[in-house]
Amino acid sequence: MAEETVRICPEGDRALLVDFGNVIEEKTNRKVARLAGLLRERTLSGVRELMPAFSSLLVLYDPALTTYRVLKEEVEALLPKLSQDAKEGEKTRRIHHIPCCYGGALGEDLPSMEELTGLTAEEIIRIHAKEAYRIYMLGFLPGFVYLGGLDSRIQAPRLATPRTKIPAGSVGIGGAQTGVYPIASPGGWRLIGRTPVRLYDPDRKEPILCRAGEYLRFEPVTEEEYRAIEKDVEQGTYREEVTGE
Amino acid sequence: MNKAIEIEVLSPEVLTTVQDAGRFGYLADGITESGAMDQEAYRFANELVGNRDGEAELECTMKGPALRFLGSATAALAGADMDARLDGRPVKTGEAFWVESGQVLELHMAGKGLRTYLAVAGGIAVPKVLGSRSTNLKCRMGGFSGRALLAGDVLPVGAAKETPQGFVRPYHPVFSDHLVIHCIPGPQEEAFTEAGIETFYGSTYTMTSESDRMGMRLAGPVIETRHGSDIISDGIVFGSVQVPKSGLPILLLADHQTAGGYAKIATVISRDLPLLAQAVPGTKLTFERVSIEEMQETPKAQKAAEKQDRRAKKPEALPRPLHELRGWQRFRTFRERRKKW
Repeated sequence: MAEETVRICPEGDRALLVDFGNVIEEKTNRKVARLAGLLRERTLSGVRELMPAFSSLLVLYDPALTTYRVLKEEVEALLPKLSQDAKEGEKTRRIHHIPCCYGGALGEDLPSMEELTGLTAEEIIRIHAKEAYRIYMLGFLPGFVYLGGLDSRIQAPRLATPRTKIPAGSVGIGGAQTGVYPIASPGGWRLIGRTPVRLYDPDRKEPILCRAGEYLRFEPVTEEEYRAIEKDVEQGTYREEVTGE
Repeated sequence: MNKAIEIEVLSPEVLTTVQDAGRFGYLADGITESGAMDQEAYRFANELVGNRDGEAELECTMKGPALRFLGSATAALAGADMDARLDGRPVKTGEAFWVESGQVLELHMAGKGLRTYLAVAGGIAVPKVLGSRSTNLKCRMGGFSGRALLAGDVLPVGAAKETPQGFVRPYHPVFSDHLVIHCIPGPQEEAFTEAGIETFYGSTYTMTSESDRMGMRLAGPVIETRHGSDIISDGIVFGSVQVPKSGLPILLLADHQTAGGYAKIATVISRDLPLLAQAVPGTKLTFERVSIEEMQETPKAQKAAEKQDRRAKKPEALPRPLHELRGWQRFRTFRERRKKW
């Protein structure tokens, strides 16, 4: 059944889209990640880049080296393998532990979140920091993670008037989504905290911290701890905590 | 060997940025490709001065800058004609010329077209960021300090090669106030009604002034959708034709977002992208449907591909960012490379 719902179509003359259906679903997103992995292993001639999204994979190619037809056949041959793998599931989860200082000047919308949700600040923090969120995809800004699985009790509409500038590291909630602004940017999410960790740092050997298919959990820290980590990050001595489960 | 020189910006004018072929391999990280909007003009300027493919140039928009050369060099302009003058004497666009140390190159308003590329032998030698010298304005990344040039900036130029590449492929720019743009339907054509699709291909649209390196907003008839144009965000390419809530198409260009949540009715073919790069507000556009098979499967297309194929190198592994290879994978890659040696 899984294969029948897969749609392959051209996106211009230099890219091919593999569409697994218009859904946000962990099972589907795992297939996207798996197909990307298989295509990387195959090292096909002319394939330039892969762009995984929630439920689709964009395959960019060089039309001087390959064609849509050739790549479509390659992808079709890999599809049966995906449904087999989907049954087995993922063996380990890679979790990034991101320190977050909630409320105060670093999370100025926390009071309005209390009003909107009817929960206390402590409850909101507890709920937000409990979950290890799956990173469905990156996009919008460098290192911006689209996270799934925000508890419905702390979902809240975006601000009516977006802020013109949100500082890098801000942790926010917008509708059913939560995430971190990797660089200073305009935005309409409600800011509940901030992390000193840089999800994007062009001067770092690994500029992008997280990848699609990994997980992210927020670890509440005090403002004092926040400042200490911030200093470590600036000096390049901070070591990010990553665990496998 | 030519000595490395510098170029001082006297006046940057509208928008002058450092650009190269683009920043590839980071779409999955949320970083778009950027690069010269008109890749044809960019390629031609580099060839005129004997640069290797991919050397950085200055992309000048609408009204070009005034620059002082600190050192002598071969330079060339390609793209829109901006009535260039070297110490007051006219310089031809599309031909290489020699600049003496201290001379001032002054560009003016583009007569036809919008973008001009200045190549200098040796290339603009700003540091590479993530493999490219292109300026990504939104992310303040690459180019000269991640921003458009300002008066007083001094740009480093690399050392010119002793034996310049002598191969110049022809270049015939098209500047027209009515463009026919070819598109491959999809990837979300089914989000639109038959009438909506008919509107898109059967109407004339006008480029608005709300256009920049990220995208070009068009004015014209509204395209009808079946159930709105919201989709779950997926990948965007240079050339995607997105239709947001307003029903008016937006053509996404070199600095496009990596992903978007609006249905894409069609995608402009790569051959026609330079036409969009040179269009000015007020330009009329009509869209013509072309299939991927017509592009890649006709005898003519196959012949061109075969010709390319003979020149093509053997298949390479995907340009995979190092940070993606963790621990044992890095080791494996290293071992695999050793095996090949």
